[in-house]
Amino acid sequence: MSDDIVLATQGLTRRFGGLVAVNDVDFDVKAHEIHAILGPNGAGKSTLINLLSGEIPPSEGQVLYRQKAIQGKSARQIARLGIGRSHQKTNIFPRLSCLQNCELAARIHMGGVLGSWRSRHTAQQVSERAQEVLETCQLNHRAHTTASDMSYGEQRQLQIAMVLATAPSLMLLDEPMAGMGREETAQVTELLASLTDRYTLVLIEHDMDSVFRLANRITVMVDGCVLESGPTEQIRTSDKVRDVYLGRHDEGVTA
Amino acid sequence: MDLAFFGVQLLNGLQYGLLLFLIASGLTLIFGIMGIINLAHGAMYMIGAYLVYDLTMRFGNFWLAILVAIPIAIALGLVIERLFLDTLYKRDHLYQVLLTFGLILVLNEAQRIIWGGDVHRVPVPAPFDASIQLTDNLQYSVYRLFVMGVCLVLAGVIYGVIRHTRLGIIIRAGAVNRDMVEGLGINVRTLFTLIFSVGVALTAFAGMIAAPLTSIAPGMGDSILITCFVVVVIGGIGSIKGAFWGAIIIGMATTFGAVLIPSLASMVIYLIMAAVLLVKPRGLFA
Amino acid sequence: MLHRYPKRVAYLMLVLTALVATFPLWGEAVFGNQANFMLEKLTLMLILALFAMSLDLLVGIVGLVSLGHALFFGLGAYTLALASPDFRPASMWWMLPLVIGVSACVGLIVGLLVIRTKGIFFIMTTLAFGQMLYYFISTSQFAGGTDGVFIMFRPSLAVGDTLLVDLDDPYSFFYFCLVTLLAGYLFLRWLTRSYFGQVLDGIHDNEHRMQALGYATSGYKLIAFVIAGVMASIAGMLAAMQYGFANPAQLGWHTSGEVLMMLILGGMGTIFGPILGAFAYEILLFVYEHATRHWPILMGLTIIVAVLVLPRGVAGLMIAPPRARKRRTTANDAPEKATVSAQPVTQSKVD
Repeated sequence: MSDDIVLATQGLTRRFGGLVAVNDVDFDVKAHEIHAILGPNGAGKSTLINLLSGEIPPSEGQVLYRQKAIQGKSARQIARLGIGRSHQKTNIFPRLSCLQNCELAARIHMGGVLGSWRSRHTAQQVSERAQEVLETCQLNHRAHTTASDMSYGEQRQLQIAMVLATAPSLMLLDEPMAGMGREETAQVTELLASLTDRYTLVLIEHDMDSVFRLANRITVMVDGCVLESGPTEQIRTSDKVRDVYLGRHDEGVTA
Repeated sequence: MDLAFFGVQLLNGLQYGLLLFLIASGLTLIFGIMGIINLAHGAMYMIGAYLVYDLTMRFGNFWLAILVAIPIAIALGLVIERLFLDTLYKRDHLYQVLLTFGLILVLNEAQRIIWGGDVHRVPVPAPFDASIQLTDNLQYSVYRLFVMGVCLVLAGVIYGVIRHTRLGIIIRAGAVNRDMVEGLGINVRTLFTLIFSVGVALTAFAGMIAAPLTSIAPGMGDSILITCFVVVVIGGIGSIKGAFWGAIIIGMATTFGAVLIPSLASMVIYLIMAAVLLVKPRGLFA
Repeated sequence: MLHRYPKRVAYLMLVLTALVATFPLWGEAVFGNQANFMLEKLTLMLILALFAMSLDLLVGIVGLVSLGHALFFGLGAYTLALASPDFRPASMWWMLPLVIGVSACVGLIVGLLVIRTKGIFFIMTTLAFGQMLYYFISTSQFAGGTDGVFIMFRPSLAVGDTLLVDLDDPYSFFYFCLVTLLAGYLFLRWLTRSYFGQVLDGIHDNEHRMQALGYATSGYKLIAFVIAGVMASIAGMLAAMQYGFANPAQLGWHTSGEVLMMLILGGMGTIFGPILGAFAYEILLFVYEHATRHWPILMGLTIIVAVLVLPRGVAGLMIAPPRARKRRTTANDAPEKATVSAQPVTQSKVD
């Protein structure tokens, strides 16, 4: 495995009773790229992300993070390794403020365990990081707003901010732009594009325009299997993919 | 301990377990489907027993008393449900605990006001007030066998409804996802009222048929409630099968515990619960 | 969640504290020869306030509803009663650490078993463990069975031969309890505003997300459980000193229910609310007991009304008086936004 591969799966499989949700999936993610996972509903994309982030263990196969096997580790352990994740269903702390949401996210990598006496200093660092992250996501005007009082789009942006706050090296984003309007989508697209100098991103998205604009490489899944995986251009012009996913029409795609 | 004695304890344990099942099944259904924790569940057991005592004194006939008591108990359940539980569906468990705890205080004290603090007994009713010879050395109370029979029949009915009827499917679906069930056009409100009433009826009925077997005293609802909680914890919330086997285990453990290790008897069920929790935190049949 | 309250709350609490602290000065003027009796009542309220505050850490802050908190209360009482020598006072210097040590160990053991359970399960298992200890104590010989154990002498707080505080004197004991309560309050206030407290807030709000972020949530919950238990045991120890005995009822679930009632009367999650709640509960109890011998009905109805009408308790009234709340609630009546997360069983749908 070459040095610049951050994440790779080998023969990754997950069964639920008789249903094979993820079937012998091999793919890899290179450092500092944006790798999108596409596929129709039911293709197994979310299950795949859940396998990668440790929310469920695989039935078979391996997940290698920086050449080390991480399959079977808990979500908690994987988060600690530097893999951050956002969820498809908005998963924030509704009763806390935006800033507090990000502080909690940042803390885990910066603070001690019970170290509040140890660190007026750390508290400040954490707060700074949280502010930084909110600014990057253009949410700093909402820093003290209770999360549940914000609009849906803002909440999803908060999710991304939280992932950023954990300073991961790898980000797994599950439909980050779901339900957003055009302007917000453009904002987020820009944001994600700007992150690649520091992070590696794996995206599940339906919004084809954004995906083709953002992603360096795309893996297309159908019925749990990898249909095709490669650079964006390759996927965009692939007949196989077009038949299965985009239908036999020409261009003009929206999910 | 000789075989006959063992046999008696076995039957007693079974009978106690089956009674517990009636009560616990109501509890687990109400938890599992309505998401409501109802501490006053035990008070319904007490009310069933007191009603039957009162009415037996009035009518001189145990069976008539039961016939009249059942609708009264159901009516009471409906009143409670409409008055209070309506607001509790949407609330935190904490508020349900508090409100139903308040209900216990009210119901327990109401019982004292109506029937006083004495201990009462209800005689075992004819035609079951005899013993039957089961084996050479084993005599057993016919009434207890009757109670076991009734419980088993009811258990069968419950099982049949849950597993094999459309209502049962709705109930099982509702236990997993209430909103979905509503989205399918089913009047969840009515469903809940039905479930609650059935749960209350089962518990009160258990109190009624148990009346001749125990002493009817203030606070009898409290102790049975806790025992049923243990049953539900062991069996798994929302699981009728779990309630059944949990009840049998607890029934046996309590009965045999009382004769084998009297000093630790009252603790046995909690030790079992702790053991189950260590291995299966969500219960045996979660 | 924000743990910052309007200034008027601080003023009110300071006034109330001053009132209580100066009771020996004005008590006789107001209550005449009932003053000593009132002092005892007041001392008890302080002790129960500590008990209620400790439960607030679990229920209000972390969101763990325990129906077995009396386990620790009674544990403190019985530790004092059983460890006190027969014919002379124990020394507080070792009694207090003993109570803390015993309750911490029990808290750890019980906690390890119950922390893995969630929602309804947690409620039921804490109830069951409380009852387990209740039955164990009330059927045991060494602990005096249902009669309980008398405490002949209150522990002494002395250095060598000099008495620092005479805990047998009602006034000194009153102040001792007051200081303990204040210490407990300040400790919890610090704890909830610290990093640890922030994590507890996060766990309360969305435990699943906390785990996905990398937090070992069970560990934090366990620590909170133990701390709450230790504080409750200290309250129990003081209660035993006040009553002069330890008895099984202090372990029973009715006591657990009572302290929950104090929480709702006072207002949860606020740390100071439960103090008000304990006072409110005792005052109501006093009034009801004198009104009728069937007072439990009145108390039961009060709780039902409190749940239906005043779920945030007295503290809630202080923080957001009705006029202000009405304005705020109409704003919040906007349709639920898509903030679904967490496990269904533990999610609270109304704050």
